[in-house]
Amino acid sequence: MTAAKQSEPSEIELLLPWYAAGTLDARESQQVEAALASDPELAARYEWVRAELEQETLVSETAGEPSGRDVKSLFAKIDALPAPRSRSSIDLSARVAEFLASLSPRTLAWSAMAAALAIVLQAGFLAGFVLKEKSPGGYETASAPPNVSGEGSYVLLRFQPQASAADVANFLETNKLSIVGGPLTGGLYRVRVAPTKLAKADLMQIVNTLQDNKVVGFIAVTE
Amino acid sequence: MPTTSDEVLIGRIAKSDRLAMEELYGRYRVPVYRFVLRMVRNPTIAEDLNSDVFLDVWRQAGTFEGRSAVSTWIFSIARFKALNALQRRPTEELNDETADAIEDQADDPEIALAKKDKAAVLRACLLKLSAEHREIVNLVYYQHKSVEDVAGIVGIPEATVKTRMFYARKKLSELLTELGIERGWP
Repeated sequence: MTAAKQSEPSEIELLLPWYAAGTLDARESQQVEAALASDPELAARYEWVRAELEQETLVSETAGEPSGRDVKSLFAKIDALPAPRSRSSIDLSARVAEFLASLSPRTLAWSAMAAALAIVLQAGFLAGFVLKEKSPGGYETASAPPNVSGEGSYVLLRFQPQASAADVANFLETNKLSIVGGPLTGGLYRVRVAPTKLAKADLMQIVNTLQDNKVVGFIAVTE
Repeated sequence: MPTTSDEVLIGRIAKSDRLAMEELYGRYRVPVYRFVLRMVRNPTIAEDLNSDVFLDVWRQAGTFEGRSAVSTWIFSIARFKALNALQRRPTEELNDETADAIEDQADDPEIALAKKDKAAVLRACLLKLSAEHREIVNLVYYQHKSVEDVAGIVGIPEATVKTRMFYARKKLSELLTELGIERGWP
């Protein structure tokens, strides 16, 4: 690696964290993919980016949630306040927003359908998986019977936005996985990979295998 | 039933619609809390700041002009609150997890490595980043904010967002090196 390369990271290298997070647009994503395919050194660095994303996600997900004191505190303060003032600008934007909301479903549907259809299908499909999994007699894989005790081995998983419902279904079935929760922040799903608690090395081996699948955008071990 | 957009909720909050406030709060309560917690590293303070953030949303909904996404606006308020809290506490209060991480730094690198695997060391290094670097790493990796979103939240140009993230990663690399893990550049 040259000194010049060290002092001036390429534009592609700067984009790697957003590529890992799935927040680049299609053109930039394609540029990064092409660079990763042709530059093994960059691909090796990208593995570290993925590791960083994985650990930052774990740090945040395991940080817990507010205790509930915040809800009481907030609404007690709100109740003690006079009503907020409205300005003409927000009145206008609110009126526009409410007008859009009041449009007939058909009008709105045609304008938004093309862009949203794939995402909705995937989300609906995944929600169906979660609901079925939670319902008595619902979906279960051959290797993962309902596990009321909560034991098992789990990962946090985000699917690639472009993955179709069929791709996801095939991926889950082939690998004998069960979605048991989600979506969480960032479109993550909690997925059971085994009905029993696996040794860490065994679990990491599964994670390493799954993360190479084209439908997987992010995967990390979770409790 | 279609989900009401954030923008519509803000418009209703500007008219003192408490139900709209409850819905918006339900959407952002946990991600904003976790963002603030990564900044201030104290759950009690983070929870107090969380309600302060949304109290400002309630108060200022009438001034929201829609120049950015609602989520960008909320996270920028949260960031401002967190930075103010950090300024009030020049020596950051540390929770147990952070204290453990710093304790590890005092270990001989070989001992540290023997104690923890690579992922755990990386996690400890993430906890040791500066507030400026913790902020951008959390926004990009956990909150899944685009370059444009981060620029709007932090109030810096998009090019600076990219380089700041790069330098946060470079600092991570240096911290890893201190703990005996050499990963090259950055």
